[in-house]
Amino acid sequence: MRSGVGVERDFTTRKVRWGERIMEGLLFAAAAAAVAVVLGIVFVVVSESAKFFAQVSMIEFLTSTTWTPLFDNPQYGIAPLLTGTFMSTLVALAVAVPLGLLVAIYLSEFATARTRETIKPTLELLAAVPTVVYGYFALLFVTPLLQNIIPGLPSFNLLSAGLVMGLMIIPYIASLSEDAMRAVPRAMREGSFAMGATRLETAFRVVVPAAVSGVVGAVILGMSRAIGETMIVVVAGGQLPQVVTNPTQQGATVTAFIAQVALGDLPFGTLEYNSIFAAGLALLLLTLLFNLVAFYLQRRFREAY
Amino acid sequence: MAAIDVQRVRDIAEQPPGLAARKFKDRAFIFWGIVATIIGLGTLVALVSDLYMDGGHRLTPAFFFGFPSANPAEAGILSSWVGSLLVILTTALVAIPVGMLAGVYLEEYAPKNPMTSAIEIAVNNLAGVPSILFGLMAVGIFVQFLGNPARYFSFLPEGFRNASADLFGQSILTAGITLALLILPVVIVATREAVRGVPQEIRHAALAVGATKWQTTQHHVMPYALPGVVTGVIIGISRALGETAPLIMIGGLTFVAFLPITLPGDSRFETIGVLDQYGAAVDPTATESVRITHDGVVVLPDFTEMPVQAGQTYDLPHGTTVQTVADWGDAVASWSPGHWLGSEFTVMPIQMFNWTSRPQAEFLEIAAAAGLVLLVITLLMNGAAIWLRYRLRKSIKW
Repeated sequence: MRSGVGVERDFTTRKVRWGERIMEGLLFAAAAAAVAVVLGIVFVVVSESAKFFAQVSMIEFLTSTTWTPLFDNPQYGIAPLLTGTFMSTLVALAVAVPLGLLVAIYLSEFATARTRETIKPTLELLAAVPTVVYGYFALLFVTPLLQNIIPGLPSFNLLSAGLVMGLMIIPYIASLSEDAMRAVPRAMREGSFAMGATRLETAFRVVVPAAVSGVVGAVILGMSRAIGETMIVVVAGGQLPQVVTNPTQQGATVTAFIAQVALGDLPFGTLEYNSIFAAGLALLLLTLLFNLVAFYLQRRFREAY
Repeated sequence: MAAIDVQRVRDIAEQPPGLAARKFKDRAFIFWGIVATIIGLGTLVALVSDLYMDGGHRLTPAFFFGFPSANPAEAGILSSWVGSLLVILTTALVAIPVGMLAGVYLEEYAPKNPMTSAIEIAVNNLAGVPSILFGLMAVGIFVQFLGNPARYFSFLPEGFRNASADLFGQSILTAGITLALLILPVVIVATREAVRGVPQEIRHAALAVGATKWQTTQHHVMPYALPGVVTGVIIGISRALGETAPLIMIGGLTFVAFLPITLPGDSRFETIGVLDQYGAAVDPTATESVRITHDGVVVLPDFTEMPVQAGQTYDLPHGTTVQTVADWGDAVASWSPGHWLGSEFTVMPIQMFNWTSRPQAEFLEIAAAAGLVLLVITLLMNGAAIWLRYRLRKSIKW
């Protein structure tokens, strides 16, 4: 056997390495799975909704204010479910935006590095709690507590569901806003301090405006969590589809209705069952809309340094 | 020209008007920041202590090893934690490889082209899709389409159709895959970040000595990225463990008094012969010889009971229900994925939800107990992930 030294080798052609090719194909297939899942969700929701809209007019769906698909005389107006979703989301945001931003500003501008490193991950645990546990907490801890403050509050209501949902999304808002604020260059703060501003003034007039795109993104992420949240409202919200004008009422959200039908024993393919896909379509469009708004706002207000 | 009052300028510079108030506001803000933080942390404490006070006293061995029951005093979570374990195992086996490979592809391989941007957009959007929509997708694709092969793809070979009908539908496999797709973005994003953190020099060194791209990735990038990936996987799995809504959509059961896997010594009821969809014999006149292992009775197709003796062989008509006791061979056979993947299931969050929606106070107690178990497991998993991330940041300095 001759050793390789001195043997002329052909460096002009490349050996096809099938192992490499196969791995590359596998890697691509795995990544493409994400696209397949999105397409799968859109396909199922749209095609099943199409069957629904073949029997129920789009106009009734959008304009009727009664949602009673399970009654003898069914009516399919999405409005009650949408008001339920908006009301619970609004309550959640009313809790989470102020608290989340307070925490974010405190951690980013006032707290020591050590405090921040301890509190931030601990707060993130709030987002890890199973939502059904939150549902139990809303129904059996927060509602009785609220009933002491608001006499006559029904035991199922969107207020306590929304409040607990707000607590759940605090970490989304706090953590992501804090990241955005910390990304603001130190020099900007120092400029502000040099002009004699206090930390608070710097936070509100320099840091938050500079980080606004990240903060808005964080709020919208929290919001789409709240819109898509199911178990808390199913357990504590009451599952009664009515047009909600006051958070102390009970009501059903889009998600709560979908879960409620799935818990029953309606056969797949009936008009009643298909109504959950129409509700799902509304939910999909709603979250898509907010994602687009977030995307637009982030572009519009992006400050680059 | 007015003379400058030097003393006044000096006063203002040293003691600006309103400074005390501004400094006070600054301090006051710290107070409110701490209050907000305490509300957040207090929620965690309130959650754990509320569940503990309501259900802590129910955490007995009997609770962990009992089946659900109409009597809340006897009910337990055996079928739901075994169900959760099997579903999560399936989820992990799907989500970890797919998520890791996808993350590696996007970081190391993906060319800049429309397909890559489509994948990136898909990953980013998936993270924001409400979990219940994953449930709707699973109903359409896994439960209805793949679970009803006779209706949707009758042209395919029978063996394939039977396998599809057995495995999909309202099964552990369906639940596992659905949750895997749900946590896919978490695993992908964690993998990408971890892979991105590996310095370029390591790749260059490997490539320079003749390693192929995949060898470089496999032997030199992945080992360094692994702890970061594990962090993401733990967070994803803990999310899947607490997820309820998509599994309700799929049809996770609320009352399961059997296990998808058997242990030696468990008794089982088996109906012999070829059965139709209603459980009746296709050919009522056919018989089969069966060797009975235990004294007892068998139930004939007309619902009469017939006493039988152990060790005897009987000719029984198809449709007869025979009690058998699982031996080690049966038990091991039942642990094969082919056996349990197609089984119906319940999971801990569904069990807890079911108990929460009952009016009796005793059921609320066991709901709290189940919730406490669930909460402690997910918090521990997330704590482990945080600790791992912290260790990682400390130990690796490139």
